Amino acid sequence: MNADLHAYVLLLLVGFLPNEVWRMLGLVFVRGIDEESAFFVWARAVATAVLAAVIAKILLFPPGLLAAVPMIVRVGAIAAGFAAFLLVRRSVFAGVAAGEVVLTFGAWLHAQ
Amino acid sequence: MPLVSADLPRAPGFSAGFRAAWRSVLAYVIIGTYIGIGALAHDFGFSVWWVMASTVLVWAGPAQVILITALAAGATPLETALAVSLSSVRLLPLVISLLPLLNHPRIRHRDLVLPAHFTAVSLWIEALRLLPAVPRELRVSFANGLGLSFMLAALAGTGFGYYLATSLPPWLTAGLLFLTPMSFLISTTRNCRFLVDWLALAFGLVLGPLLAWGKLELDILWAGLAAGSAAYGVHRLRGAFK
Repeated sequence: MNADLHAYVLLLLVGFLPNEVWRMLGLVFVRGIDEESAFFVWARAVATAVLAAVIAKILLFPPGLLAAVPMIVRVGAIAAGFAAFLLVRRSVFAGVAAGEVVLTFGAWLHAQ
Repeated sequence: MPLVSADLPRAPGFSAGFRAAWRSVLAYVIIGTYIGIGALAHDFGFSVWWVMASTVLVWAGPAQVILITALAAGATPLETALAVSLSSVRLLPLVISLLPLLNHPRIRHRDLVLPAHFTAVSLWIEALRLLPAVPRELRVSFANGLGLSFMLAALAGTGFGYYLATSLPPWLTAGLLFLTPMSFLISTTRNCRFLVDWLALAFGLVLGPLLAWGKLELDILWAGLAAGSAAYGVHRLRGAFK
């Protein structure tokens, strides 16, 4: 029970708080900001770019078992998914499904 | 549970947001991603309640992965807190560029605390896409409905993953990890409306791996700041020459 409580205290102190501080800081910053302001447009561009950087980093420096999948399969899968998205009436479902099929099939083939 | 307050109507916005979430591919991407996190927590010996609590409280996939692996590896609390915090800096621009969309003359600042907590990449993407069509007075409750749905999807995934942990083949685990870049790339592309959005996306895709390859500390943050500011700069210059 004591060890159990310890795990939850750790979750609050080293998981929740250091993570949540960014959200609360954002909450402080947005006071009085409207969506026409230059600061908002800039923040949106930074958020989009951060997301793009995360995407490209996962693809080229993949975590965990994704690293065992050859680079050519990862890049091929993302290209196939993107092509399916553009071809099938800009459907996100179609794009994700196509990319996943190529990736898992490639990973399976590579493991044989 | 009474959802209607004296000030603003809430129920229509909340239920519309709640339902919209399940029509988004991201709800299913979240389930897949959190299957991976549930499995990880199981492998490292955490209880299912603990990892579910981390999903509700932390609500950021990469931070949860770091928290679980760092604690299991015996890192000190300070090291763990720092690593978690560094991975979550991206939440700051997400919150700053989302909350102004929820603003409304009759909104109290504390009404934005819950949407701020729900803010993660998934909510940011879908809120930016859907909110312009939602009446202003309903936007906070819409965002809360959307966020709650996504969190429930995550909890379902966490539970599945925890109990399925030992039976996942490696190609499926690779597929789950691939869900994030695939779905984020397509959803972000779909959300691009102005030149500044396209430039931020393109610059970030190039700079991100470059800085990661250069082994720079906080590579994602610097890449985002530089690429986003460059995109914004082009946007301003173009405006000045019009």
